[in-house]
Amino acid sequence: MAEPTVEPVLSEVYDQPTQGGRFGQFGGRFVAETLTHALDGLAELYAELKDDPDFKKELHEDLAHFVGRPTPLYLAERLTASLGGASIYLKREDLNHTGAHKVCNTIGQALLAKRMGKPRVIAETGAGQHGVATATVAARLGLSCDVYMGEEDVHRQSLNVYRMKLMGANVIPVTSGSKTLKDAMNEAMRDWVTHVDDTHYIIGTVAGPHPYPMLVRDFASIIGQEARAQMLQQVGRLPDVVVACVGGGSNAMGIFHPFIDDAGVALVGVEAGGHGLHTGAHAAPLNDGKVGVLHGNRSYLMSDDDGQVLETHSVSAGLDYPGVGPEHAYLKDIGRATYAAATDDDAMAAFRMLNRQEGILPALETSHALAWVVENAPKMPGQTILVNLSGRGDKDILTVADIDGITL
Amino acid sequence: MPKTNRSPGTGRIAQQFEILRSQGKKALVTFVTAGDPGLNYTVPAMHSLVAGGANLLELGIPFSDPEAEGPAIQAANERALANGMTLAKVLDMVAEFRQTDLATPVILMGYLNSVLAMADFPQRASQAGVDGLIMVNLPLEEGAELQQALRAVNIDVIWLVAPTTSDERARDVVSNASGFLYYVSLKGTTGSGSLPVDEVTERTAYLRTLTDVPLCVGFGIKDAETARAVSAHADGVVVGSALVQLMAQSADVASATERLRTATAAIRQGIDA
Repeated sequence: MAEPTVEPVLSEVYDQPTQGGRFGQFGGRFVAETLTHALDGLAELYAELKDDPDFKKELHEDLAHFVGRPTPLYLAERLTASLGGASIYLKREDLNHTGAHKVCNTIGQALLAKRMGKPRVIAETGAGQHGVATATVAARLGLSCDVYMGEEDVHRQSLNVYRMKLMGANVIPVTSGSKTLKDAMNEAMRDWVTHVDDTHYIIGTVAGPHPYPMLVRDFASIIGQEARAQMLQQVGRLPDVVVACVGGGSNAMGIFHPFIDDAGVALVGVEAGGHGLHTGAHAAPLNDGKVGVLHGNRSYLMSDDDGQVLETHSVSAGLDYPGVGPEHAYLKDIGRATYAAATDDDAMAAFRMLNRQEGILPALETSHALAWVVENAPKMPGQTILVNLSGRGDKDILTVADIDGITL
Repeated sequence: MPKTNRSPGTGRIAQQFEILRSQGKKALVTFVTAGDPGLNYTVPAMHSLVAGGANLLELGIPFSDPEAEGPAIQAANERALANGMTLAKVLDMVAEFRQTDLATPVILMGYLNSVLAMADFPQRASQAGVDGLIMVNLPLEEGAELQQALRAVNIDVIWLVAPTTSDERARDVVSNASGFLYYVSLKGTTGSGSLPVDEVTERTAYLRTLTDVPLCVGFGIKDAETARAVSAHADGVVVGSALVQLMAQSADVASATERLRTATAAIRQGIDA
């Protein structure tokens, strides 16, 4: 692949996080004292390995031969023509082994677990994609694997639950709280605090305590690195806008990060608008939340006046989370990225449009980014939009059939 | 390594440990979740814990995502929130308790987001009669600002030390200690596992070489026997989940307070034996 030929145009090169895992006022490490030692150890190991040639080679080989990278950059011609405005390029993360970008992070973290000599990994999962990606690498490396999943998500993502089981992982339904992703994360934290000596917790998004937001971003950044080089090679220029859906925000950080110093490239994250921002039934903390602390970091959070975390709603399990990665909070506050929201209905309409016009079933999470494209591309003639097609929608087929009133 | 010698505080926590030391007794610290199992249980429960022999009271601030708690206290948090508990109501309960008990220190325990949501928390907590604060998800590095704000109103932030805390880090924590140090006896959530008495003995002995600040041990202490084993190496023990479960199993306020008093007295006996 061609090396990027465009120099950063900002005077200051973006270099976050700072000491202690801070992205401005966001991030940090708000955890039980018992975990600080493990987090220090993880941060130290990663600092040693991230530029280590052997580690990079091992990671690269796995990404090339096990995951199937680089993923293609694809011009969605019929969609572009039907919307009649901007040219739409899809970064095909749906073509990764296991069906989403999540595996890039789990491969990286599993290699870290191996270096630490930890025989067991745990994970939380919402849509199940991160759980599947964790179960996959655990099977490949011979690690024991427990995945926490909210009871409600176990029902709406039953295909992924079975996939995890087939690969030898133990899926533990979580019945506390709202029985979704946030509660799965609470339960994984409780497991980790109890088994911290022999267990590595593979957090699946750019949230959690430092160093996770940085670590997960770095492993996901292969998406943006490839896409940036592919744009230059295939299109001859950088995109005008990069769009990605944001739950915790790993696929968005992964594609945004290599573009942050390209001042001419707008970065747009799309949160889950659920039934609409005005209804309160959504999962859009960057649009309608306040600064708070949950799951180890300070960021925007959906919480009430008493600081209680609110239950969220989204048609997509993977976006159904009340918090968001701290680096997104920072990019919002410094104005480098903007964050929109798409409703369940808009996401479903975009999902169907991609089905019929491009022969692609995107994940319902990803469909939120596509909804932004459907709304905005017609207003952007002559411009270029790069969309992170973060995952495939096979896992969502039962949900979609249910919406259509069909029992499969 | 020179010890950190704290000038004896003037607050209720320091006074209580001073009295206990002069009597040659260990502190019994008890935890219940505010508003659990019903809003009208908490203040009578606090008084009956004192009557049974508790020296310091921890009161849990109910939170939607209590990520360090075991099943018993998770359930207590859910019940309390279902009863409509808020931090403001927790402070009202402390103020009500203070109408008839001006001596027993009250320490609030919970998660940072609750406290962040109340902008004037230090002033309101101080007015209600709160003496200390334990934030489960606030390690030393993140807590300097809050500790300073609370020190200004004579509320002690109580830091936790875990089995995994390195010696170097323990020295940092100790040098910022206020009120007492809370040694977490096991790797796990509240109320879980079996207590590794030998490890507790070793770690508390090390902490003792660093500081004269009172040292209390909690997590995993269920009864008189474990309380006795641990209190031999500390200035006090914390009992929580066992009491929370007892309250949840009680039919009404009267039976809950009676059972709490009896259970507390039994643990008191174990420590004093």
